Amino acid sequence: MARARTVARPTIPAPEKTSIVLVVNGAERPLKVAPWTTLLDALRDYLDLTGTKKGCDHGQCGACTVLVDGRRINSCLTLAVTKDGAHVTTIEGLAKDGTLHPLQQAFIDHDAFQCGYCTPGQICSAVGLIAEGKAKTVDEIRELMSGNICRCGAYPNIVAAIEQAMGQS
Amino acid sequence: MQKYIGTPTSRIDGRAKVTGEAKYAAEFNAPGLVHGSVVTSSIAKGRIVRIDASDALRVAGVIDVLSHENRLPMASTDSAYKDETAPKGSPFRPLYEDRIMFSGQPIALVVAEEPEIARFAASLVRVEYDEEAHVTDVFRRRDEAVSLEPSTKPPESIFGPPKPRGSAEKAFASAEVRHAGEYYVPIEHHNPMELYASTVVWEGDGKLTIYDKTQGVQNVQRYVCGVFDMKPDDVRVMSAYMGGGFGSGLRPQYEVVLAVLAAQALERSVRVVLTRQQMYVLGYRPAMIQRIELGARPGGTLEAITHEAITVTSQYEDFYRQESGWSGLLYTCANAKYVHKLVRLDLPTSCDMRCPSAATGVYALECAMDELAVALKLDPLELRLRCYSDRDQNTNRPYSSKSLRACYHQGAEAFGWDKRSPEPRSMRDGNELVGWGMATGIWEALQVPIAVRIVLSANGHAEVSCATSDIGTGTYTIMAQVAADMLGLPMENITIKLGDSTLPQSPVEGGSWIAASVSNGIATTADAIRGELLRLAKQMPNSPLADAGPDEVALADGKLVSTPDASRAVSIVDAMRHGAVDRIEQEKSTTFADDGSKGHNTHSAVFTEVKVDEQLGVIRVTRVVNAVAAGRILNIKTARSQIMGSVVWGIGMALHEETLLDHTFGRVMNANIAEYQVPVNADVHDIKVIFVDEPDATINRLGIKGLGEIGIVGVAAAVANAIYHATGKRVRDLPITLDKLQR
Amino acid sequence: MINFEYARASDVADAVRQIAGDPGAKFIAGGTNLIDLMKEDVERPSRLIDISRLPLNKVEETADGGVRIGALVPNSDLAYHPLIEQRYPMLGSAILAGASQQLRNMASTGGNLLQRTRCYYFYDTATPCNKREPGSGCSAINGLNRMHAILGTSEACIATHPSDMCVALAALDAKVQVIGPAGERTISFADFHRLPWDTPQRDTNLEPNELITAVELPAQGFRTNYTYLKIRDRLSYAFALVSVAAALELEGARIKEARVALGGVAHKPWRDALAEGALRGQEANPANFRRAAHMLLRDAKGFAHNTFKIDLARRAIVRALTQAARGTPQSQSNKKIR
Repeated sequence: MARARTVARPTIPAPEKTSIVLVVNGAERPLKVAPWTTLLDALRDYLDLTGTKKGCDHGQCGACTVLVDGRRINSCLTLAVTKDGAHVTTIEGLAKDGTLHPLQQAFIDHDAFQCGYCTPGQICSAVGLIAEGKAKTVDEIRELMSGNICRCGAYPNIVAAIEQAMGQS
Repeated sequence: MQKYIGTPTSRIDGRAKVTGEAKYAAEFNAPGLVHGSVVTSSIAKGRIVRIDASDALRVAGVIDVLSHENRLPMASTDSAYKDETAPKGSPFRPLYEDRIMFSGQPIALVVAEEPEIARFAASLVRVEYDEEAHVTDVFRRRDEAVSLEPSTKPPESIFGPPKPRGSAEKAFASAEVRHAGEYYVPIEHHNPMELYASTVVWEGDGKLTIYDKTQGVQNVQRYVCGVFDMKPDDVRVMSAYMGGGFGSGLRPQYEVVLAVLAAQALERSVRVVLTRQQMYVLGYRPAMIQRIELGARPGGTLEAITHEAITVTSQYEDFYRQESGWSGLLYTCANAKYVHKLVRLDLPTSCDMRCPSAATGVYALECAMDELAVALKLDPLELRLRCYSDRDQNTNRPYSSKSLRACYHQGAEAFGWDKRSPEPRSMRDGNELVGWGMATGIWEALQVPIAVRIVLSANGHAEVSCATSDIGTGTYTIMAQVAADMLGLPMENITIKLGDSTLPQSPVEGGSWIAASVSNGIATTADAIRGELLRLAKQMPNSPLADAGPDEVALADGKLVSTPDASRAVSIVDAMRHGAVDRIEQEKSTTFADDGSKGHNTHSAVFTEVKVDEQLGVIRVTRVVNAVAAGRILNIKTARSQIMGSVVWGIGMALHEETLLDHTFGRVMNANIAEYQVPVNADVHDIKVIFVDEPDATINRLGIKGLGEIGIVGVAAAVANAIYHATGKRVRDLPITLDKLQR
Repeated sequence: MINFEYARASDVADAVRQIAGDPGAKFIAGGTNLIDLMKEDVERPSRLIDISRLPLNKVEETADGGVRIGALVPNSDLAYHPLIEQRYPMLGSAILAGASQQLRNMASTGGNLLQRTRCYYFYDTATPCNKREPGSGCSAINGLNRMHAILGTSEACIATHPSDMCVALAALDAKVQVIGPAGERTISFADFHRLPWDTPQRDTNLEPNELITAVELPAQGFRTNYTYLKIRDRLSYAFALVSVAAALELEGARIKEARVALGGVAHKPWRDALAEGALRGQEANPANFRRAAHMLLRDAKGFAHNTFKIDLARRAIVRALTQAARGTPQSQSNKKIR
């Protein structure tokens, strides 16, 4: 029953791929990507790092948040090819030797998620938030975490988890 | 004996979720996996004249373009497409034929070696249509709405309007104090964070393993078997984690049909991931026009309730829930009348969305009650107390438990309701007007037949399995808590398996029915395990339990213990070793006998504070107290989160959420989460959740009711009522955006 | 997303050379808006020229006491830069009112100027839109237009410019430095963005072969009496219904200099010389603020769903001027409006 339509030789070529290197969670990951591959798709589809999530693919939800050279960004709006040589930290790179990152532990302690789908983005975003050092009050945490939508509505618990981790750092 | 049930317990799937190890439907891989990208219709109604895929097929890496013109055979009867939650009508069949029934309808699937190639090629597919006139505006069709009549036959008996009582018209006409108002709730969309996706693994010999985003793996399995005429053993559907459902995943969605079609056509593994925009045709909370008439005596006794509802559905299926029925059920009132009409539009079928019917129906009722309180010059809470009913007013039967009064009292106290100044615009904080509002919430405590398997190993570990889902509700965790207590084992010795169609039977996870059902299912199966252990223990030489009857033993601390005499006990390990068994396996189905003599409901009292900038109309919900009575709470920690999340939903419903249709194009124009706004972190402030003690000895042996829906009910009304109290302005159509305060 | 080529520019001259060689090419820096629009098939460049590594990322003082902002300075770096925080706090506040921290970390100064409208119809290729497809018609005029413009609209387009940063830059009289095949030129901020007229496909007066290299701020930063007040449907991460950048230079109770720029109401950040002129020399009081607000909105025209913006803008202007006069600028994290 298998069939594929007989197609004349393809006349619209797929884009040429170029070789790049991403340093993902400390490890060099050489990769061949087409220009149109986003950092998000490179992580999920080509490096099998599916911890980084696709929630909207348009920079509207924050589920795809990763840290590039230490700064939190939306990987869905970033072309992988533009980040050749960059250091990328994803949710998979936060725990060290089996010990959870303080934010990961705080998210569990405060039940700061339900379905878990926005969670990697929330946690990476919070890592960036703490590194930025601009959030001193609860209002500032809320505002600077507003780029990460949680449809389960765990916001108060997310804020509590971040406060706990900030107290430790 | 119950060490875990009721204690705040962190999610057992927490580590998987915070490390990124938890895998969702689009995250499974298979050798040779190919990728599908969906082409959707740009018109709302008509026929496809021609699909020109020639350019798409010329792109290197494209394998095929599937449409109704070239697909493999699919079932041709409606019954094959009816899933366990399907409403009356003729279900939508993806890629079945040339007919377009809504804008955004899937009409082709481009399959390619790489997802980017598939997406690019999908943009090259050209479609010619024969367009027909469409209508998507509920207000344009409200006069042609079809009435639903009270009935004794399902589904009308369940979802149609309840029978009237007394004469609401007469009582309203003669009532001394009257309020009548029309309330509107727009179409809303679930917008779970995870994109709908299906990864179909071609296992060879015609077998498929399907990782699908769904709230019911067995529902999808049966559906796929029906649509593709496959044997149940050849289709395994998996959904160990689901990135939010909220009702959108109750019915099988079209991504699974398209992925299976492609996998069968190509004999390869296929992944189809929808875009956020494409998810706006997967069903929605129906737009709802409601008219409520309340008549009362000056003292606050309700004389008449009339609730008329008009809701929206598609042209091909009649989806409705009992939207109007809550009004006459909740409060003491001798005369009640319900009208429910359906408007059929050129849209996809509406569907269940978090707390279907009550989220919208009770919103209107509770706003109307607030308006009646104003007319009566009564405190809104006092009015509710004066109308309080200990019986379900629609069926005139008592409840198995109802602690709503305690919700009112504890919620009011925590909120400080007694300090409320009754006049609108009488409270202020600088530039902001302060408003306090309240509302009642009610939902059903449902239970469904379910099966649970427990495998107890001689090392004192147990695997508990059921084909239910954990859509973020905390099912994994409460199952482990209940199993640990029922088996007398430490929680870390319990392994939970769910989200796999090969596991024991479960219906879809929805309606707040899974916690109660699966917990009691575990208890039932644990009884069987205990019975088997007792049998083994009795065979031991000089067994201390030789004379113990099956009801005289319990499992605790790894032992089978005599309940009359705790000193008589046999360890599980010893009993199994002596019996020379290394595992005990039991699978039991649990049903919930209900003689119908009692009503089963959850209740809540919601109190909110809003601050409204007097000049600019900017609204902030600064405080919410939600006091909930929902039977026994299995896990205070996850339960609190569920209610809190529901409150956030209620805030969104009150202030933000609205699907915008351009009726000229018959098309959703804000099909994204920048313009379809849901609350962000900055919108959410102080939310306090109170669980009122509510023992229920008869609903089920553990006294559990379920929490997924109740938290949203009443929130939008409480916010709307608070806005009225702050501003003196009554906005009767949601969402309450600042421009409506200017009107 | 269509198939496109990718090339990295080695220096500014190379960037200009590359874009001159391919009329379908576009520059990419942060990509926050361009990639979004490419995924929607609204933008279909044949080639992306990556300028993100060019050395245009400095914030430095200029000889005339102003500040020069490299076109590639990320929005978040700019908002928190000491020179901006201390001397141009209105700009920092406006930046922090827009998007999310992730997007601000990516978005460049130059790219922010080139943000395209959030009009629903512009984004949806299944509907007519003159901006996307000149001559196809404007679906918003008789369609969903609650978010749309009330000032400077045309029969061809009623879209708004979505940036917050640009509203502050307009109020600050910034200048845009660009370079093209013909060399460098400076465009005043008022002339940078265009009204729709009958060419809504053109958002700005930047030529397709020109590159923004810097934005220059004059010395006057209004560090004491300023505000950026943004009104939107939710409290963060949403585009403005109306926003106001207001800045005053006061001499006692009198206004020596006044700037008011509006966002969310027009195809460009909206300023009105007459209204600002009417404030100069006057006392900073509510009556004068109201008069200025009425002047600013005198030509406003609403459509089916957005007439509320006219009154909302008036009230927001009065509040913003009040905040500026009192020296109590709007916090972007505490959502109570001061």
